[in-house]
Amino acid sequence: MTRFLPRLARGRANLLIGGGIVAVLMLLAVFGPSLAPYDPLKLHLRSVLKAPSAAHLLGADEFGRDVLSRLMYGARTTGWIALATVALAIFFGLLFGIIAGFLRGWTDRVLMILNDSLLAFPGLLLALFIMAIAGASREALIVALSIAYMPAVVRVARGTVLSVREREYIEASRVMGNSELVTVVRHVLPNCMAPITVLATTMFGWVILSESALSFLGLGVPPPAPSWGNMLASGRPFITQAPYLIVLPGLCISLTLLGINMLGDALRDWLDPKMQA
Amino acid sequence: MTSQSNPEQAVVAADHLTVTVGPGGTRIVDDASFAIMPGSMLALVGESGSGKTMAARAVLGLLPTPLIAAPGSSIKFRHTELVGISPPALRKIRGEHIGMVFQEPMVSLNPSMTIGRQMAEGLALHHRRLGRNEIRERCLEMLKRVSIPNPVHCLGAYPHEFSGGMRQRIMLASVMLLKPDLLIADEPTTALDTLVQRDVLDLMVELTQENGTAVLLISHDLGMVSHYVRDVAVMLKGRIVEQGRSADVLSTPKHEYTQRLVDALPRRSAGGIRLARDAKPLVELRDVVIDYPGRARLFGRGEAKRAVDGVNLTIGHGETLALVGGSGSGKTTLGRATVGLIDPTAGSISFRGGQIVTWRGRAARLQREEMQIIFQDPYSSLDPRQRVGDIVAEPLRLDTTMDRKARYIRVREVLDEVGLSADFLRRLPHQLSGGQRQRVAIARAIARRPAFVVADEPVSALDMTVQKQILTLIRALQDRYGFACLFVSHDLGAVEQVADRVAVMQNGKIVEVGSRDDIFDRPQHDYTKRLLNAAMLLDRRFDGVAAASAI
Amino acid sequence: MIRFLLGRLLQAVPTMIIVSVAIFFLMRLIPGDPAAVMLGDLATSEQVEALRREMGLSGSLPTQYVTWLSHILAGDFGKSITSGDPVLPLMLDRFAVSATIVVAAVLLATLIAVPAGMFAAWRQGSLADYGLVAASTLLLSIPSFWLGLMILLVFGMWLEWFPVIGYVSLHDDFRQGLMFIFMPALTLILVEIGPIVRMARASTIEVSRLEYITHARAKGLSEAEVMWRHAFRNAFAPTWTLIGLILGGLLGGIAVTETVFTIPGLGRLLVEAIYARDYPVVQGCILFISVIYVVVNLIVDMLYPLFDPKIAQ
Repeated sequence: MTRFLPRLARGRANLLIGGGIVAVLMLLAVFGPSLAPYDPLKLHLRSVLKAPSAAHLLGADEFGRDVLSRLMYGARTTGWIALATVALAIFFGLLFGIIAGFLRGWTDRVLMILNDSLLAFPGLLLALFIMAIAGASREALIVALSIAYMPAVVRVARGTVLSVREREYIEASRVMGNSELVTVVRHVLPNCMAPITVLATTMFGWVILSESALSFLGLGVPPPAPSWGNMLASGRPFITQAPYLIVLPGLCISLTLLGINMLGDALRDWLDPKMQA
Repeated sequence: MTSQSNPEQAVVAADHLTVTVGPGGTRIVDDASFAIMPGSMLALVGESGSGKTMAARAVLGLLPTPLIAAPGSSIKFRHTELVGISPPALRKIRGEHIGMVFQEPMVSLNPSMTIGRQMAEGLALHHRRLGRNEIRERCLEMLKRVSIPNPVHCLGAYPHEFSGGMRQRIMLASVMLLKPDLLIADEPTTALDTLVQRDVLDLMVELTQENGTAVLLISHDLGMVSHYVRDVAVMLKGRIVEQGRSADVLSTPKHEYTQRLVDALPRRSAGGIRLARDAKPLVELRDVVIDYPGRARLFGRGEAKRAVDGVNLTIGHGETLALVGGSGSGKTTLGRATVGLIDPTAGSISFRGGQIVTWRGRAARLQREEMQIIFQDPYSSLDPRQRVGDIVAEPLRLDTTMDRKARYIRVREVLDEVGLSADFLRRLPHQLSGGQRQRVAIARAIARRPAFVVADEPVSALDMTVQKQILTLIRALQDRYGFACLFVSHDLGAVEQVADRVAVMQNGKIVEVGSRDDIFDRPQHDYTKRLLNAAMLLDRRFDGVAAASAI
Repeated sequence: MIRFLLGRLLQAVPTMIIVSVAIFFLMRLIPGDPAAVMLGDLATSEQVEALRREMGLSGSLPTQYVTWLSHILAGDFGKSITSGDPVLPLMLDRFAVSATIVVAAVLLATLIAVPAGMFAAWRQGSLADYGLVAASTLLLSIPSFWLGLMILLVFGMWLEWFPVIGYVSLHDDFRQGLMFIFMPALTLILVEIGPIVRMARASTIEVSRLEYITHARAKGLSEAEVMWRHAFRNAFAPTWTLIGLILGGLLGGIAVTETVFTIPGLGRLLVEAIYARDYPVVQGCILFISVIYVVVNLIVDMLYPLFDPKIAQ
């Protein structure tokens, strides 16, 4: 019996720890601003680069801004961008993927050539390029990241539709006399949701990663608005004097990603019986 | 020299074999004892979940984790105890002394290794003195023996280049190369076409006879087993419920379950042939041709494949026409075309004198009321996210004259007719057994009282006893509703039970049509004869005579 | 086989064309006259006019595209606005630096992660498996730039084992070069171990459930032989594709790591060009990296039949 304990424990651990982390972060993103001890943009010249203390629990940055407050607001920035990006990418990805997979033929070929060409750019590079042209702003970032990550959704959605449409219940629906639209809405779409849910969860992680990478390069969320990525970038010159400026935002990103990855694994195990031993 | 008489001389003897899920867990095999004498055959017969495969795998220590052979079990190979044997000692026995052939020839050969290397592996492992050339010679000789065309090419080829039947021959060749004392054959022909099944089984029997190899055959098909094997053990829920000569078991089954199994063997239905009430046919196919477009290439398409080639058929009101043929004969394509799922390339299909419309548009929807289809695989024909009640109600939603209440009443009524209680309304498909799923699919098909139903291999994915129930159900419903049925099947046993008329299809053409009795008793066409011959129907001979050739 | 290779090669052609079209038109989306934009604020109207002619900006958009593409195909990516150097040699120089780090990292990560993943799969459910999966999930969750900064902080600043700033090519001085390459390579190795371990583990588990693995055991082969001879090649195929994607993806994201370690690679060139609005360089880098990405994946696909002979049919 001992052989099975770790596996059992892991299944639960993924869900509990991952879900717990994500839930805390969501609460932080929603209520963070009302809990934050300071205004994240307010400069306190006397506390410049002050190490963590009673006044500033997690220290203050190079302008004397409270790091804890900035991290809390940063959670909201990051969370909002990730949510908007994933929603956009999933919506358009599903739309194009289902159209391509269900209509097949020329529509499918043209959509797929376009999609494959988008996939021919590494995701981050495409986002970087769009940001370079559009200039750093939140909205541009959301658009750039959605475009960069949509092709993956199109692929998965189309693949699922192609496999679902071969199922006999789709043919049964036709023989029944249902129109194509009814067939898609009632039978195809619900059966695509499992892999899409897993993908959306994973994608949350990718987007947060890319957002902070771009912000770190100065091509994402423009300062002074706090995001974990640009906090890392602005703290970099002070790495020896004030390592906490680097350690803390990075820990936040890693913890978030860990939570999302674990939750994604739990979802995958739960939704995909093939992965269950 | 019966199997039970003196286990001392047995090649393999299982004694109180129990397989559990982990220590003290559920019993998959429960206290099973059997023995096989040198050179003889024993068949373990049972339905899915009976534990027959796990009992056989336990012999080679190939139980998938977390299954284990429980303490107190014993499997003796000659004089060696196999339960609890050390892995290196077991590996010496595997392959050299006990070989195994698997059910799915598509996944039991390594796809990324050439046939030659896979065959050589066993020889090289167990006969270390053999040189490369000698191994190659032996492999070639064996491939020739199992009638693989061009054995030299075969050695360098990959498994995916061969058909299922060929792969199973290669499997047999590579296992028999080592002349084992015992061959474990786990449903070796279930995945193959009827005509090929017979060849592969014959080959297996010949090869094992030549080498004096004993065989442990795992099968769900009591009829097939009785043709080849003298001794049989019937398993139910992990227990061996009856054991003895297959002829005796067939003619005088003692256990209640064995009686049901024997009962489920295909037999001609008592009811006479129903004659069409109306002179005018309900469905009429005229010169139907269906081509599948070739594979899309970068430029243009590959050559089209002709699936159905000039078919003329009529189906009368209320009659059942069976469409019989091997895989690739085009029968499934034709079945789908008659309900408008596929457009014929040429020719016409008419229903009540009007053209069949393919799936778009209102006219098609009107026609759908009267036509339905039941699919082969009940695991794929029901939407996994819909509840049983919604599945059966769905066709009724298209009937605008019915309100919610009327639909509910009708759903209850139909479910009752297919033998499912109201408890099933809220269940999801994965909570049902295969037979129950097929009942739901049938309920969905008849909910709107269609005049015509295509049944595409409706029972071939089911256990034997369940097959019988479903076939009886279809016939009973037909008597009540009077719908006509196109029964597409490769299984002559099932066809014999339900059909009024039979059409035999080969390479897209109908080679013979006739009444059921004519086709089964007086087949004219050569292909029909071969099919009947290969089907190993227990036919009318089975009382005592069937097992004449069995070993 | 040859048919498969040719077919795969041909498939890359429309992709490349669309990629180039996309880059061409996106560059045109920058507000203002491309020539003026490319030359920056200080350019005189004569210079702009000269560049317009040189860039073939006079005709219709399709003609402009054809002129542009023919220049690119001839190796003429234009000149950098900031330094005035031709873009192509600049990129090739910097690419050598990035490629060294990325290839070394992916190679080492594969050598570590694939056996680790297969081991975890083989011992599925054991503590070792549990530990490996947990470690790879953790590594998967750490962003490369933060991991890089932490490595820099610990090995470079506190322990002072490796130089913190600058770069020496392996070609010029191998020992010195290794010192500079160590931290960035370690960062990338750690970052990429996560996904490779997980993929290798998942595909090995999937393969080991198939009947031919049982068949191999039934022949009497030892566990090691079963894993090595039968499971490995079949389980490696999907991992192989992932490694290709990672290799290309790393090139796309290399800017971040190069920024952390101030390495003069292609990614750094791109980011600096973006800051400086040096559009010829931006355009060149994006095109260059995309082409490399397509080519890497092409090579990966063409080698795929080595692991799965069925695909070539």
